Amino acid sequence: MRNLSIFVLGGAALLALPHGLSFSQQEILVFLTLNILLVSSYRLLTLTGEWSLAHVVIMGVGAYASALYTKELGIWVPVSILLGGATAALLAVFLSFPLFRMKGFYFLIGSFAAGEIIRLLWKRFRDPFGGAKGIKGIDPMPDFSIGIYDFDFFEPVSYYYLSVAVVAVCLWILWRIERSPVGLTFHAVHWQDRLAEASGVNLRAYRTLAFSIASGFAGISGALMAHYVGTINPTSFDVDLMVFVLTWAIVGGTATFYGPILGCVVLTVLNEIVLREMGFEQLRPLIYGLIMILSILFLPKGLESLVQKLASKRPGKGTPERSPAE
Amino acid sequence: MTQFLEVDNLIMRFGGLTAVDGLSFKVDHGEIHGLIGPNGAGKTTTFNMISGFYKPSGGQVRLRGETISGLRMHEVARRGVVRTFQHSTLFAEMTVMENALVGTHMPFRPNIFAAVIGWDRDDREGARARAREALEFFGLDHLRDELAGELSHGHQRALGMAVAYASHPDVMLLDEPFTGMNPEETRRMMDLMRRLREDGITILIVEHDMQAIMGLCDAITCMSFGKFLAEGNPAEIRNHPAVIEAYLGGARHVA
Repeated sequence: MRNLSIFVLGGAALLALPHGLSFSQQEILVFLTLNILLVSSYRLLTLTGEWSLAHVVIMGVGAYASALYTKELGIWVPVSILLGGATAALLAVFLSFPLFRMKGFYFLIGSFAAGEIIRLLWKRFRDPFGGAKGIKGIDPMPDFSIGIYDFDFFEPVSYYYLSVAVVAVCLWILWRIERSPVGLTFHAVHWQDRLAEASGVNLRAYRTLAFSIASGFAGISGALMAHYVGTINPTSFDVDLMVFVLTWAIVGGTATFYGPILGCVVLTVLNEIVLREMGFEQLRPLIYGLIMILSILFLPKGLESLVQKLASKRPGKGTPERSPAE
Repeated sequence: MTQFLEVDNLIMRFGGLTAVDGLSFKVDHGEIHGLIGPNGAGKTTTFNMISGFYKPSGGQVRLRGETISGLRMHEVARRGVVRTFQHSTLFAEMTVMENALVGTHMPFRPNIFAAVIGWDRDDREGARARAREALEFFGLDHLRDELAGELSHGHQRALGMAVAYASHPDVMLLDEPFTGMNPEETRRMMDLMRRLREDGITILIVEHDMQAIMGLCDAITCMSFGKFLAEGNPAEIRNHPAVIEAYLGGARHVA
């Protein structure tokens, strides 16, 4: 009963949220929703202990794939978004063959190289990727009506509702995976790969599984972005955004499911809304960096540790939600 | 009849050093077999080759006639040969129960699609039951929710064995299971190992605690400097001149 009321209240809040915001803030809200999926999918990969620098490029693979499927093959947009995710996941399976010969730091560098190769391929081949200018005029989501609400996908509010629905389903799947025996095995691979292997766990298979699931959801997030913005190019998926993903994950903390989401929301609101409102237009990156350094110095376990502290102080609330391997 | 577990002319070279040099021995089904030798004799290297952690430079390991040497560690494990590690190699950041659940990976293989939809309830319950069973067997059931890294040393060793036991192994390779245990814990662990043998689990054990080895094993293989030295039951090994020489450094010097 309590869970249900929280669910209904949360849903209502998400529905009401865009109406109090300006047009540009509504646009930011759409990107924030997509970035939440991006950073949550990234966390699934970090469960196995590997940190990739190719995640944003793989998101771009989903975006390019979905854009090309609609443009060249005339596939219906909602289907092509899913196919974009599937393409990203499939590419991750292929990339895993060279990449998972490495671990840790070497994997990090290897994934960066792989990502840059993909980006350079987009730049080099004007057909079909459009070269440095990328792809323009990507078909938008077709408008539709559900009786009480008309979806007009040039409106950020409509696209926000669509993204919230898709992202909610994706997050639910990610959550189910993490809480399942598969998720436990990911943790096992992270903490003691030798003992996991001695228990019969195929390390390569599980690392590949995590990598391809994470890539698939990143691809969906990228595809959603492509059909919203309408234009993509290789610089939309460069290392800048990857650094943002890393900071969201690190500042939020990766020990819990909500940590990276928290990091993404707090930092985006801080950067895009608070600092803009305060008039720090030019100084924003500087202050943003300062806040990041301070949070790492004083909250080394991330924002999630603050939440856990607050939750455990309140008696009767019970222990906070914990992931299998905290 | 094919031998249950057979090590045949096993060789391991690290660069110029030959750590194991043509070692052969046989393990019968349902026995506790000890592998002993002075420090640096190559016991753990042999273990690592049997369990698939190292690929031998030469020779073979056969299980029921099938060659298992050169397979990867999880492939060896899936054929029923499960090992424990020296020291306390555990998932220290996970709870005791979660450690045991990882051990049930083989009998209850996770399926990601079933897990998302929720069709794996039976498997999850089965895995939990098996994990509980393994923890109860090693007397760890009351510590289920503790973090593995916070257990006492003796409990950590027992948990390492519980993780291996949870997977329904045919053969358990135990690498120095008594290290860091007090005599009382050692005695209890020996009883548990005898019970494992009664369950039909074959145990191959590397250990320095001679009292435990002599009291526990049905057969003992002794190696020295990577080579086979002697084999027999505990009484034979205890009085074997070559073994005494290897451990005490030669009767000539003593005399």
